[in-house]
Amino acid sequence: MNNRKPKILGTFTLIIMIVCSSFLGACSQKEAKGKKHTVTIAGSTSVMPFTEKLAEHFMVDHPDFVVNVQGGGSSAGIQACLLRTVDIGMSSRELKEGETALADTVICFDGIAIIVNPGNPLRNITLSQVKSIYSGQVKNWKDLGWIDRQIDAVTREEGSGTRGAFEELVMKKEEISPAIMVQDSNGSVKEVVATDPYAIGYISLGMVDEKIIALKVDGITPNLENIREKRYTIVRPFLFLTLGQPRPTVFTFIGYVLSEEGQEILRKEGLITKVYE
Amino acid sequence: MRINPRFTDKFIRLILSCGAIFAVSILVAIILTIFVKGIVNVNAEFILSNPEDMGRHGGIFPSIMSTIFLAALSILLATPLGIGTAIFLTEYTRETTLTRIIRFGIESLSGIPSIIYGLFGFIFFVIKLGFGWSLLSGTLTMTIMILPTIIRTSEEAIKAVPNSYRMVSYSLSASKWETVTKVVIPSAAPGILTGIMLSIGRAVEETAVVIFTMGSALRLPTSLFDSGRTMAVHFYILAREGISMDKAYATALVLICSILAINILAYYLMNKMIAKYS
Amino acid sequence: MNKKNFGKENLIRYVLMLFALSSIFFLFLIFAFIMSEGLKLFFKVGLLNIIASLKWAPTKGFFGIFPMIVSSFIITVGALCVGGPLALACATYLAEYAGKKTKMFLKPAIELLAGIPSVVYGFLGVVYIVPLVREYLGGSGFSALSASIVLGVMILPTIISISYDALTSVPVVYREGSFAMGATKWQTIYLVVIPAARSGILAAFILGMGRAVGETMAVIMVAGNALQIPTSILDPLRTLTSNIALELAYATGDHRSSLFSTGVVLLVIIMVLNFIANFWVKRKVIKGS
Repeated sequence: MNNRKPKILGTFTLIIMIVCSSFLGACSQKEAKGKKHTVTIAGSTSVMPFTEKLAEHFMVDHPDFVVNVQGGGSSAGIQACLLRTVDIGMSSRELKEGETALADTVICFDGIAIIVNPGNPLRNITLSQVKSIYSGQVKNWKDLGWIDRQIDAVTREEGSGTRGAFEELVMKKEEISPAIMVQDSNGSVKEVVATDPYAIGYISLGMVDEKIIALKVDGITPNLENIREKRYTIVRPFLFLTLGQPRPTVFTFIGYVLSEEGQEILRKEGLITKVYE
Repeated sequence: MRINPRFTDKFIRLILSCGAIFAVSILVAIILTIFVKGIVNVNAEFILSNPEDMGRHGGIFPSIMSTIFLAALSILLATPLGIGTAIFLTEYTRETTLTRIIRFGIESLSGIPSIIYGLFGFIFFVIKLGFGWSLLSGTLTMTIMILPTIIRTSEEAIKAVPNSYRMVSYSLSASKWETVTKVVIPSAAPGILTGIMLSIGRAVEETAVVIFTMGSALRLPTSLFDSGRTMAVHFYILAREGISMDKAYATALVLICSILAINILAYYLMNKMIAKYS
Repeated sequence: MNKKNFGKENLIRYVLMLFALSSIFFLFLIFAFIMSEGLKLFFKVGLLNIIASLKWAPTKGFFGIFPMIVSSFIITVGALCVGGPLALACATYLAEYAGKKTKMFLKPAIELLAGIPSVVYGFLGVVYIVPLVREYLGGSGFSALSASIVLGVMILPTIISISYDALTSVPVVYREGSFAMGATKWQTIYLVVIPAARSGILAAFILGMGRAVGETMAVIMVAGNALQIPTSILDPLRTLTSNIALELAYATGDHRSSLFSTGVVLLVIIMVLNFIANFWVKRKVIKGS
């Protein structure tokens, strides 16, 4: 028993030491690089991937900055910002009453695309058809000229900016049916539609890729040109929200996003920048 | 015509063993799938480099470190608290109303589902106490979560130490505390360590709690107030958003391997303890 | 010297007692927090308007979680149907038929199943189970059925290990008496052992239920999260746990309180289940010894 005690104690101590030293190692890396400026951002899952991209480029140019980006949804970002849990809140819808304490900065515009699976032959849909699908009136693909099969519609969760914009621009006053599946991010909506041949959903236009098909709405293709020409009208702003006077570090990052370099990055990703408004 | 009961017997035995084999083959299938699809992408670079393009490329080093930090800090806080509680319940008191209340507290805590911990941790630590999405919020919540496990296993381990050990110690005029720290705890150490290993496993695999308290930032957390993304959270996000199935499987593989390693270590220690006392 | 030791020992005892009381403290903290926030809404809007109402639109003042309660119930029962028989078969085989070598291999394997993270189960459910359900049975695949299957597999280790303990704690004399009367092994198990282990097995099932009710991540991934009461097992549904997880990040004011109310309902259900399970186990201990 006596020779076992030091062995176990020793192993335990060793483990703790390894952990502590790696922690300290990581910390000292930070010390070595000098004091880091941190910016915390959270909110819309539509805006998030683009903010991440901007952050990546920004941190290359400014190695003493650390930008943390998280999702959670537009409403989550707004709440977090109001509570000062984060420096910047991201939103993909306009602010509602009760949220006007925040200052909003438009960083770009984004369209909402109605998407279907590549196996779906449909290429055009009318706005009223979209509305009737999501209100639960139309439940079967045969009512849209395809096969006799139920429509697997997907919507976002209540706090989503994309959903908010969708409700405002497409549903108008009608409510989305409670029978419709809910996913809590653009990525997961896209995944569902990409794997289910009978699904339909709506996501940020900037996230459309070859996994899914973006439908023409009332004959208009959702692309940058049609949005600029105001022909495709399902468009919403991407907002950076701040409470009160932002710290200089936060200011620097927002400045970068609004600069020519930042806007170019957004343009390359398929978003519509202010220059063209 | 009555069926020969011996035939029924053999038939049932076949069915039951099929059931057992089926259950195990589910496990094997799960691990094999993850292994085969993930091993392609797991290499030194994956483990040591940072994620790029939201995780589409690059590695998962920050996530591995976030996981280690969270697990280690939670264990650091929960172990003294847990072992202390266990010592109190076994060595320093007998069954009274107080101990019954304490045990009720421990049982109840262990029954609370993880989403409630997530709810509590988010509103209390992240928002009300203003810690934000951080390693601190995650650690504090996780500590409470793993406390019951550590208490329970420590208690079992301490109870299993033969009384003769204590008697010998007292007869050598050691004080109670000396006996506990120099005789009982070292003897119970393998059992206690098993509990710690199991708790580490829990901290590594938990997702709901961690997302809401520690957040999901992709960077390496360098302070207690930094957010981070543990492997389980990273896997969840990669898989759900369809960012990269390859990286998802690879992350899952690293995750499962870590948990397997921890479980195997726990088993080894537990068997050592059983061997000691039988 | 004795006096000094006495003082030190008392101090140590006191400190350790504080440690021990910390568990109560945490429980109280969590409980008080969740209850106070949740009950707030019960009083404001009315208990029935929450647990019996069908409409969930919290930003518009509708806090009905009845569909979620029903859905949680449905997939829990579903998980028991999928996992229960399989778990019982496995436990019986392990306890009564398996040799020492097989046991040494099977038991750790089952424990390992418990160690796989729930998100991995959910993920594999999405990749393999959901498309299967969609292709061969219809619907979108994100359904009560898929959730039941995934949850059923997840609760296997829980039910197996507790049932195994219940079966092995049946005294050997019961079996021997039965063999002495000429019964075959299966007759013995079926007529003697399982009935004797009845309460332990029931406890296992109930604890499995508790695990299923409390599961969040895997369910969010495969259940579809629709707000209605499902009319078939192929319909999507949302459980109490998914509801909290989906809306937690942005809920404020009454909306946030409604999530706590959901939490209260969930806690009550789980506490009742745990209490019943413990009650059955205690009965078994009194009866069997």
